[in-house]
Amino acid sequence: MKNRIDSCFEQLKAKGEKALITFVTAGDPDMETTEKLVLEMFDKGADIIELGVPFSDPIAEGKTIQLASQRSLRGGTTLDKIFDMVRSLRTKTDKPLLLMMYVNTIFKYGTERFFKNCAELSIDGVIVPDLPFEERDEIQPAADKYGIYNINLVSPTSADRVSMIAKESKGFLYVVSSLGVTGTRSEITTDFSTLLAPLKDFDVPACIGFGISDPEQAKKMSEFSNGVIVGSAIVNKVADNGRDSIPVVGEFVAALKAPLR
Amino acid sequence: MGKVGRFGEYGGQYVPETVMNAVHELEAAYDKYKDDPDFIAELKALYRDYAGRPSMLYYADKMTKDLGGAKIYIKREDLNHTGSHKLNNVLGQILLAKRMGKKRIIAETGAGQHGVATATACALFGLECEVYMGAEDCKRQSLNVYRMNLLGAKVTPVASGTSTLKDAINEAMRDWCSNIETTFYCIGSVMGPHPYPTMVRDFQKIISEEIKDQLREREGRLPDCVVACVGGGSNAMGAFYNFIEDKSVRLVGAEAAGRGIDTPDTAATMALGTMGIFHGMKSVFLQDEYGQIAPVYSISAGLDYPGVGPEHTYLRDTGRAEYVPVTDEEAVCAFEYLSKTEGIIPAIESSHAVAAALKIAPAMGKDQILVINLSGRGDKDVYSIARYRGVDLVEE
Repeated sequence: MKNRIDSCFEQLKAKGEKALITFVTAGDPDMETTEKLVLEMFDKGADIIELGVPFSDPIAEGKTIQLASQRSLRGGTTLDKIFDMVRSLRTKTDKPLLLMMYVNTIFKYGTERFFKNCAELSIDGVIVPDLPFEERDEIQPAADKYGIYNINLVSPTSADRVSMIAKESKGFLYVVSSLGVTGTRSEITTDFSTLLAPLKDFDVPACIGFGISDPEQAKKMSEFSNGVIVGSAIVNKVADNGRDSIPVVGEFVAALKAPLR
Repeated sequence: MGKVGRFGEYGGQYVPETVMNAVHELEAAYDKYKDDPDFIAELKALYRDYAGRPSMLYYADKMTKDLGGAKIYIKREDLNHTGSHKLNNVLGQILLAKRMGKKRIIAETGAGQHGVATATACALFGLECEVYMGAEDCKRQSLNVYRMNLLGAKVTPVASGTSTLKDAINEAMRDWCSNIETTFYCIGSVMGPHPYPTMVRDFQKIISEEIKDQLREREGRLPDCVVACVGGGSNAMGAFYNFIEDKSVRLVGAEAAGRGIDTPDTAATMALGTMGIFHGMKSVFLQDEYGQIAPVYSISAGLDYPGVGPEHTYLRDTGRAEYVPVTDEEAVCAFEYLSKTEGIIPAIESSHAVAAALKIAPAMGKDQILVINLSGRGDKDVYSIARYRGVDLVEE
């Protein structure tokens, strides 16, 4: 079966739209709210959703997602509970879902068992920020076996690594907008035309994430890419509004998607 | 797997893409300079004139007689400048940072010994220095926080997670990702992504080189046993390294059991940990069934780390070294014992090695030799030992 991420980018291309990829930490403030948030975000224009699997020591995250992870873990979130939630989600939506997580979570669960579960639940891909290209063999064989995409990342320091990574990339390439960790930024100054120039030789869509916090930035970043990824700005709204965050997040997602159409 | 920086299956380079070019750059610089005569000469001169090396190998006559077993020698890393072995590694890394043109140094610290050593070297070389330290550790080791400030370093308390060493490392890694172009991350132990475990071991292996030479001169032979404490494992790796090929030498690492390995308040990674991938390396870690890193505890801020360097895990799996848990109570008793018996106040970290030696030495023959690597001095720990014993020290 064709991976939903590929179908998604094909449809967007046909419509002349850019992708909006959104992120929430699973289980923040609770699993029921996460499920509602996912459905609401898809309804209001999100094309792909990343579910953050909380980790005790998220070294690639800024304060916002660190705190969300802590809230989620304190509430008793586990990978199995997230799988249960996805099982329920899959009776309601067929849109692409990704897990964003740390490599130890996969390794400890059992790499084979993890990807088998992903395939059974129609999870389309994983993003593992502490697993660089050179160590991809840790998960790549199992991911390939079950048809799950391991989404590669490039960052402003990748330079000569961009071609090497793009060549092996499936689904989309996650372009880290700036140096540092996740979190909203007032300004993004990376020279994307230079950084992403090598991509003209490859077929993989590129989406920019880290620090995109409003529709204006989303529009600007979409001019260099095939789509944008918004995480911390959404998680902040969940933090502020808890179980009542569904309409607030829905409205925000609609506003983010508008300039991408 | 068969990739760079592996000890068996352990080690590796599990870091975000943003720092990959930086670790490659560091790897290249280290490969270039480690055999460079100018680099080696400069480092050796600093070891001799600034750090005060070689450190003494002291024959502990009273302790030997008291225990009635092996002859006990103490490798006095506590006499190294800044009071611990940590400076050996820091001087090497700072010389490398200078050659790489880095102007800003960051470090993590647990007990503060690595932070103090880094702040010291940065003062010496005129480099900007920021040290991340768990907020809880800042409280336990306030003297070292003030020392770092005196040396011109900025100490940033880390209040996330468990507010201890692992959280300080998390925050240092986040800083590194944010300031990768200007900043050199001076890791304090044989941990983290390649090349750190190898590079830090190489800068610490002078300990076992010296032990070997000093003992050959004094006794004309190898030791039978070398004991060192293990948190991340840098002093132990340094004390073990040149004996690895000498199969007759028993290598023993003492890890922190806290209130006991049958309690949740422990940091005994080797006894209780399982394989995982964290802080850039594959090794063993204290973690739950879902891979969440466990909160750890030890009276020693320098040993309460939920992981251990990958080369130690390899030495354990291959049977070359053994690792024993030592409780807070045993370490405190050893702290008091060495103070009273030999007039040497050991760091609470090193006291774990002394405690292990107190058990091992009596069972050895009188013609045998045991070396304790005394990684640091205990001045910094006097307050917390007093507190442990219920003595309230108040300064006017």
